[in-house]
Amino acid sequence: MIRTPLRPLARILRARERGENPDEIEAENRRLRHDAIQDKARRRAEGRLVLMASCFVLAFGTVGLRMGALASSEPTEPQAQVLSAQIISQRSDITDRNGRVLATNLLTHSLYAHPHQMVDPVGSAQGLARIFPDLDLERLTRDFTSDRKFMWIKRKMSPEQMQAVHDLGEPGLLFGPREMRVYPNGHVASHILGGSGFGNEGVSSAEVLGVAGVEKAFDGWLRDPANNGAPLQLSIDLSVQSAMEEVLASAMEIMSAKGAAAILMEVKTGEIVAMASLPDFDPNDRPRPLLQGDPSDSPLFNRAVQGQYELGSTFKLFPVAQALDLGIVNPNSGINTQTPMRIGKYRINDFHNYGAQMSVTDILVKSSNVGTVRIAQMVGVERQKDFLQKLGLFDPTPIEMVEAPTGKPLVPTRWPAVTAATVSFGHGLAASPLHLAAAYATIANDGRRVRPTLIHRRTRPEGEQVLSPRAAELSISMLRQVVVRGTARQAEVAGFELAGKTGTADKPRPNGGYYKDRNVATFASVFPASDPEYVLIVTLDEPRVRNAGGGESRTAGMTAVPVAGQLVRRLAPLIGLEPKTDENLPTFDARFEPRVEPLPGDEIKIVANQ
Amino acid sequence: MRSLTYLACVLIVMGLAFWAYRENYRTQTAMGEMSQLQREIAGLREDLGVLRAEWAYLNRPERLRELVNLNFDRLQLIPQESGQVIDLGNIDYPKPPAPPEPDEEGANVAPEE
Repeated sequence: MIRTPLRPLARILRARERGENPDEIEAENRRLRHDAIQDKARRRAEGRLVLMASCFVLAFGTVGLRMGALASSEPTEPQAQVLSAQIISQRSDITDRNGRVLATNLLTHSLYAHPHQMVDPVGSAQGLARIFPDLDLERLTRDFTSDRKFMWIKRKMSPEQMQAVHDLGEPGLLFGPREMRVYPNGHVASHILGGSGFGNEGVSSAEVLGVAGVEKAFDGWLRDPANNGAPLQLSIDLSVQSAMEEVLASAMEIMSAKGAAAILMEVKTGEIVAMASLPDFDPNDRPRPLLQGDPSDSPLFNRAVQGQYELGSTFKLFPVAQALDLGIVNPNSGINTQTPMRIGKYRINDFHNYGAQMSVTDILVKSSNVGTVRIAQMVGVERQKDFLQKLGLFDPTPIEMVEAPTGKPLVPTRWPAVTAATVSFGHGLAASPLHLAAAYATIANDGRRVRPTLIHRRTRPEGEQVLSPRAAELSISMLRQVVVRGTARQAEVAGFELAGKTGTADKPRPNGGYYKDRNVATFASVFPASDPEYVLIVTLDEPRVRNAGGGESRTAGMTAVPVAGQLVRRLAPLIGLEPKTDENLPTFDARFEPRVEPLPGDEIKIVANQ
Repeated sequence: MRSLTYLACVLIVMGLAFWAYRENYRTQTAMGEMSQLQREIAGLREDLGVLRAEWAYLNRPERLRELVNLNFDRLQLIPQESGQVIDLGNIDYPKPPAPPEPDEEGANVAPEE
């Protein structure tokens, strides 16, 4: 900037010419210069003031906003959780459909040692061997006197044992908290629950991992902290499950069977109310899997889900139902049942000779192989395969257990005429009892596909229509005839209208062919027939009963059927199903409003450990 | 006048400082109490978990069945059978006894429902 001189020569000379005082010019210029300086200073001061003011406004504004936010928001605890609460809630509980605990956690302790910190290694080794008889004294002494820095001694122990170890007073013995999975009901529902074990172990905590069953299938869900400790509610009913296991166990003993399985499933939802497989095990002390031999001999084997059995005549319903659906036959159509029947070089026999002709209903009632094969031949191979696939008999069941994929049915790769014929009466295609339950439920559910599930009250899409409601209804009424006058007469329980089909299948030998004296007896049933609500499947592995004549009987009609009757008699009151009787009880108008105790479930809500 | 204002301001600031100091300590006490309570809640939850496990263990079907067998002489419990449950409308309840006459003096006593 060009600084203006205070006494510009030109103006001074001009002023002198005019006789004016040149000092005035100087004063004028000095004044202007001061004004400029003052202006500048004022602007700077103003700038500072604005800056300061905005700083203050910002600071106080922040405080004010924060105060406003605090005042308007809900008060919350600034510190969310405490450590010990987190330890106990690592894994959600599992409950049955009524909220009764099937699996929960207990806080216990593990024991580890720092041998280099020990005061009296030999004495503490002796003390430990006294408290835990399963520990080896010599090994402990060797470990404690070596130069090891760290060793585990016990994964979990009881509070009494912990106190006893504490009383040893050894500073080198230390405790770590452990969450332990407990199955308070012992053997009940053991195959469904599976079991659990420890994953990554640290001193202060250890992962609890599911090993099998629901525990493993829902491992991620059960450990997800986002669930806030909500329990996993299964569709199992503990009382029903327990009663079912009791009845099955006694039946297994009476019939000296090798194993038994039963499934009770709701028709409308596919929810499994009870599913038992014997022999079973205690999930608190899960046995080791067999490393050699047949895995199905192990108690860990879940016959209901993993078992692949040729389910025999129970399959006869499928070609019959399909033929009804396609309109090829009606329940009274006569079918040629001349036995034996020839397909290529194979011969198909009936158990008895039923004469030259029978109605479709009688084929099911008397369980004629030949008649079923004739009907299957009318349906045709492609349509037969397609229908069985739609019933879900070709794929593993979608049940929420890790074992489900291992229960994939053994489906023949090629379908020559003879395979199509044998599959129609349940030989050559091995499926699990659960598959059978789902297929029967599909037919009982007016032909809409039912997929089995273990989770209570989950909304699921409605199954596709596999069979027309009319054919489904006819099929169920034919099944009812089997119980009323056919092979399953022993399953008649007054009022419950059981409808079902028996199946006796010889067991295949491991190296081809079939055993003559070992079979799998199955009874697949639906009740009540007029409005099917439940499907009950009973399978007995190698059952035998002595009959009145002194001989031995192995057919399903003599073994699985009475067990099913017994199960219905026992379980129906537990699931709240009332028998339909002709007897009419008088009804009374209430003379007053009776006070009804509210159900306990209305008030008490079981909250998980969160 | 000005010094009076100054004095008042100083007093107000001192008062506010004292109040803030007390609030601070009260908040810290409350937080201490709260963490104490939370520890207590955690402990109680843990106990609750143990009690629920114990309850489930004591009510396991196997044990109940044993108890029923042990006490069969006195209780004679057998499994529930169908037909043992009927509708409420099928029961002819007798009329409940009339409520007692309210006392002459005790007019303030509410009649029992």
